[in-house]
Amino acid sequence: MNYSETELIICVAARLMEDRKTAFIGTGIPMLAAALAQKLYAPNLVCVFEFGGTGARLEKLPLGVGDSRTFYKGIAASGICDIMETAQRGFIEYGFLGGAQIDMYGNLNTTVIGEYERPKVRLPGSGGANDVGSHCWKTIIIMRQHDKKRFVKKLDFMTTPGYLDGKDSREKIGLPPNTGPYRVISNLGLFGFDEETKRMKIISLHPGVSIEKIIENTDFELIIPKEIEITPEPTEKELKVLREEVDKDRLYI
Amino acid sequence: MKIIEEGKGKLIQYSDPFEFREFVHKNKDLSMKEKVMSEKEAIEKFVKDGDYIGTELYGTVRAPMSLIREVIRQGKKNLRVAGQGILEIDLLLAADLVSEMDITYVGYEVYGISNILRRAIESGKVKTVEWSNAAIAWRFKAAAMGVPFIPTFSMLGTDTFKYSAAKIVECPFTKRKVVLLPALYLDVGFIHVHRADKYGNCQIDGISGFAFEFARACKRLIISCEELIDNEEIRKYPERTIIPYYLVDAVVVAPYGSHPGEMCYKYWRDEEHIKEFLELSKDEKKTKEYLDKYVYGVKNHEEYLNLIGKERLEKLSKMIQGR
Repeated sequence: MNYSETELIICVAARLMEDRKTAFIGTGIPMLAAALAQKLYAPNLVCVFEFGGTGARLEKLPLGVGDSRTFYKGIAASGICDIMETAQRGFIEYGFLGGAQIDMYGNLNTTVIGEYERPKVRLPGSGGANDVGSHCWKTIIIMRQHDKKRFVKKLDFMTTPGYLDGKDSREKIGLPPNTGPYRVISNLGLFGFDEETKRMKIISLHPGVSIEKIIENTDFELIIPKEIEITPEPTEKELKVLREEVDKDRLYI
Repeated sequence: MKIIEEGKGKLIQYSDPFEFREFVHKNKDLSMKEKVMSEKEAIEKFVKDGDYIGTELYGTVRAPMSLIREVIRQGKKNLRVAGQGILEIDLLLAADLVSEMDITYVGYEVYGISNILRRAIESGKVKTVEWSNAAIAWRFKAAAMGVPFIPTFSMLGTDTFKYSAAKIVECPFTKRKVVLLPALYLDVGFIHVHRADKYGNCQIDGISGFAFEFARACKRLIISCEELIDNEEIRKYPERTIIPYYLVDAVVVAPYGSHPGEMCYKYWRDEEHIKEFLELSKDEKKTKEYLDKYVYGVKNHEEYLNLIGKERLEKLSKMIQGR
């Protein structure tokens, strides 16, 4: 099967979604993953969008987290306070995140590259990311480009909390217990976090990717378990639904 | 309550609920009087250099773009801005009218980062204080409640907190660490709505973003609306009034007022225009050309709409999904 890295990432993310759960969705890949999951794996997945959209069927892909497609044929159209408070009260299972930099504990930077006062690159800022990373039970982080500039030892700026300094530091600082990064999906592999140290570990290698390649492209030390799987390729069915139904206008893929 | 940690960001807008009460008591006219006026009159009357301003919702969605273009035409300077936005904030930054920002997100979502924001901040011209998106919305909520702060667990443990003006304390009831977000009262706020009557009673379709809290956190509130409706229509569906007249200082009638952004059930976003703007925004000189053409080059919103063209606008109306 011919498929792109983006299509593989979308399929891996879609397979992580459980049916009858809630998911906080951001712009781009998370929208496609949620729409694909709704069609194949989790028909009752309820998508929640930052500015008030809840339960849209995603027949057309939104271009932003506040646009009218985020509540088209949805079950509720409220506002940002309601959605963020719903997350803070513990009603949102999954949250999607991304970033310019990630560290071994799943902390993320979307604010600046370089010094804060006079940055080399000013990025958009937290937006809802810090809130999603603080309050959702399990966050799934999408990193489309896996290299040493992005998988770093030390973030230039910690916009969004992962497991902070590892172990129990997330809970100690006062964030809600039993929350935090669940999976990281890059163009090279699928990653999780060690239960005790909270350090990032390899779960599976994408087809054709070696452990060495991942190590070469990661600036910090990953946990490499004895058993590592190969990520299953996108199936014909997944690709067909993705290309012909989910993103038939080819906005994203 | 003992302060455990303080963000080192500047509190750009000091907000005391009792000062706000006094302001309301002295300055807000609570009578149901007609407030319909042009963009020009509204901005002249209520916006001053140095004001702390804000817009709702954001750049490509139900944004008060016609009001922002008028602010730029009038060259209101040294504005301090609550920065959740896209195009509206970018235009203000490009016109060099902003000195400080409470920023949460300025970017183009699927199209990535803002070149105008990059130039403004990387050059050191505009100073920023960081917040999460919920934090800014909850700051408006605290202001709307008439209290000086609101607690949350957002921003704990991060640089977003360190570069904010929030404080961490121990909760006197649960002993948990909480972040206290200071209330945020705006000197002037702008909201674009689907319908309003001449007194300023407003209805919004679809998601309400942060309109409810924001409207209640403004000293002066300028409304632009797609359509002016009769007061009897408002009275038929009073449960739909998200913003009652007494919060409002001016009502400006602005069909397609969110262009190039969308307005749910009315018109879809103008993708062609947004892409044109993004392309030009890569270069400082070309950004000025955009401003010359679409902002300074037109006298008012009517001329702007003529420039965009009736055909294009009608096409956008046909592209929006119904219910």
